[in-house]
Amino acid sequence: MNTAMNDPAEVLVDCQSVWKIFGSRAQAAVKAISERGLSKKQVLQDFDCVVGVSDASLQVHRGEIFCIMGLSGSGKSTLIRLLNRLIEPSLGKITVKGKEIARLNAAELRAMRSRNIGMVFQSVALLPNRTVLENAGFGLEVRGVAKDERNRTAHAALEKVGLGDWTARYPRELSGGMQQRVGLARALAADPEIILMDEPFSALDPLIRRQLQDEFRQLTKSLGKSAVFITHDLEEAIRIGDRIAIMKDGVIVQVGTAEEIVTKPADDYVSDFVAGISRIHLVKAHSVMRPVAEFKAAEPHCDVNVLLRTSPEADIAALIDLTMQSDRDAISVVENGAVIGVVTIRGLLRGVAGTPTAA
Amino acid sequence: MNPDLLQFSPGAYLAPAVDWLNKNFHPFFDAVTKLIEAVLGAIETTLLYPPPYATIVIAVLLTAFLVSVRVSVVTAIALAFCLLAGFWTASMQTLALVTVAVIISVAIAFPLGVLASRYRKFEAAIRPVLDIMQTVPPWVYLIPAVMIFSLGRVPAIIATIVYGIPPMLRLTTLAFNQVPKDLLELGHATGASPRSILFKIEIPSATPTLLVGLNQCILLSLAMVVLAGLVGAGGLGAEVTRGLTRMEMGLGLRAGLSIVAVAILLDRVSRGVLQRQQAPGAAKPA
Repeated sequence: MNTAMNDPAEVLVDCQSVWKIFGSRAQAAVKAISERGLSKKQVLQDFDCVVGVSDASLQVHRGEIFCIMGLSGSGKSTLIRLLNRLIEPSLGKITVKGKEIARLNAAELRAMRSRNIGMVFQSVALLPNRTVLENAGFGLEVRGVAKDERNRTAHAALEKVGLGDWTARYPRELSGGMQQRVGLARALAADPEIILMDEPFSALDPLIRRQLQDEFRQLTKSLGKSAVFITHDLEEAIRIGDRIAIMKDGVIVQVGTAEEIVTKPADDYVSDFVAGISRIHLVKAHSVMRPVAEFKAAEPHCDVNVLLRTSPEADIAALIDLTMQSDRDAISVVENGAVIGVVTIRGLLRGVAGTPTAA
Repeated sequence: MNPDLLQFSPGAYLAPAVDWLNKNFHPFFDAVTKLIEAVLGAIETTLLYPPPYATIVIAVLLTAFLVSVRVSVVTAIALAFCLLAGFWTASMQTLALVTVAVIISVAIAFPLGVLASRYRKFEAAIRPVLDIMQTVPPWVYLIPAVMIFSLGRVPAIIATIVYGIPPMLRLTTLAFNQVPKDLLELGHATGASPRSILFKIEIPSATPTLLVGLNQCILLSLAMVVLAGLVGAGGLGAEVTRGLTRMEMGLGLRAGLSIVAVAILLDRVSRGVLQRQQAPGAAKPA
């Protein structure tokens, strides 16, 4: 654990108004966008160019898991490849660890990819002619680390993902979930600060996927790594991400915590997505409580001080448990010793159903 | 109008060109001749120095350890046949010719094939050349080769190289185009240098197809080397030519069957290597 040296406010990856335009006339389109502020549709009409990523801005802090959620064609895979310059941005600025990556020369870029930014792929991309151990040590091998040290580090990384006994096997002898663990171990062995995860668990069956999601989150947090995690599955984004960006047609529609996205969707597109998500672990007391004054006005004979108490961060599941234990139908929400609101059964039902709170 | 005027006669232009080459580049061709003769001589001597049965035992042991037991049995039968047919020396000469021709063909075709997979325009430019090289009847190559290098083993080798390049080149390009894109992306994302990507990702992934190309190159070279018996290349081709010109059925047939034996030997050995490559897990105990 090296959380002590992690400054959560430090921005590791900073994207500012990044565009990626594909097509033979991309240059002209970029010029038109920066001069005249053309929209995506106009770019397609006037220049026959496809906008992959449009005006995307985001910051990833140290130690944070940042999820980018979007359907296929939303530009999320393009966006993640802009972060390590596998794709060159058409416009905008991307800074990683304070260095503008567009300005790096080939050798500097290779050094940054090798030391600072790891990547895990949906297709896993294991080299079939190498053993699990040799695959896990690949990043170190191209960096020029001596064989003994490389094997030791790779073995340690494989131990972390629970594959310590499989080092001498070949990738084709492993199941899909195990292969993806090797992919993760390969990224971890190089010890980068930032790990880019490009839909790593999408091809796995649901049970294994859940298991890997939990392990990934736990591992990333315990190692103090930052991660950018691409997914098309909002539930996965909510399970894993500290913050989530929702992308649609190359545009980042909303960035926020899981709770913010579920309780305050920015537009109809996001609310459609959010509709099927279970809220009982996401919605917290502070967003379903009624202010004390309002509660007192409605229920003058009820004393808020005798109700069971909880914190504003208690989720709906916890509130339901408390309500079941209580002989009353309301719970007080207490912060710094003072009652700041009351959660009623109505409020809980509203929170579960997702209708806007009265408060 | 006289139709003869429209007749196209490339020879009229080629002959002066060959003369000019002969006049101005004679030292160069001479050096090439000497180099090829030296390498050929060395390989031939190596193959013929030990008594035939010793060579056979060594070859069988090598294939048993490096390829497989089955291939080593084929090797034993093929070499024994050549020996018993009375063409041991000729067979070894042919093997030496094929070896030298294939090494040079691959040395030329491999880098060009990689270039063709990297640059579309280069591929488009060489494709018609390769088409011509593959469709022109092979013995036509012998004419310019003989004009420049005169009779003997060197023009045979040169013609064989020209004949062996197209399949190797095409399959090299195919092999490199088939390297999975996600593995290349892995290389870039890991910060691997272009050199590392070539040696650690591209060549290992391309190896099975490259070995198919090598197999093709070997067999086509053998066919050409036999044909080159016509220009005095020696070896089994010379025996076939002798059988043909003297109308000696028995000689021709024995030489022909020895060629088949050598062909099977070369094919099985190169294919055995290929199959081993495709099963890396089986090669080493996991």
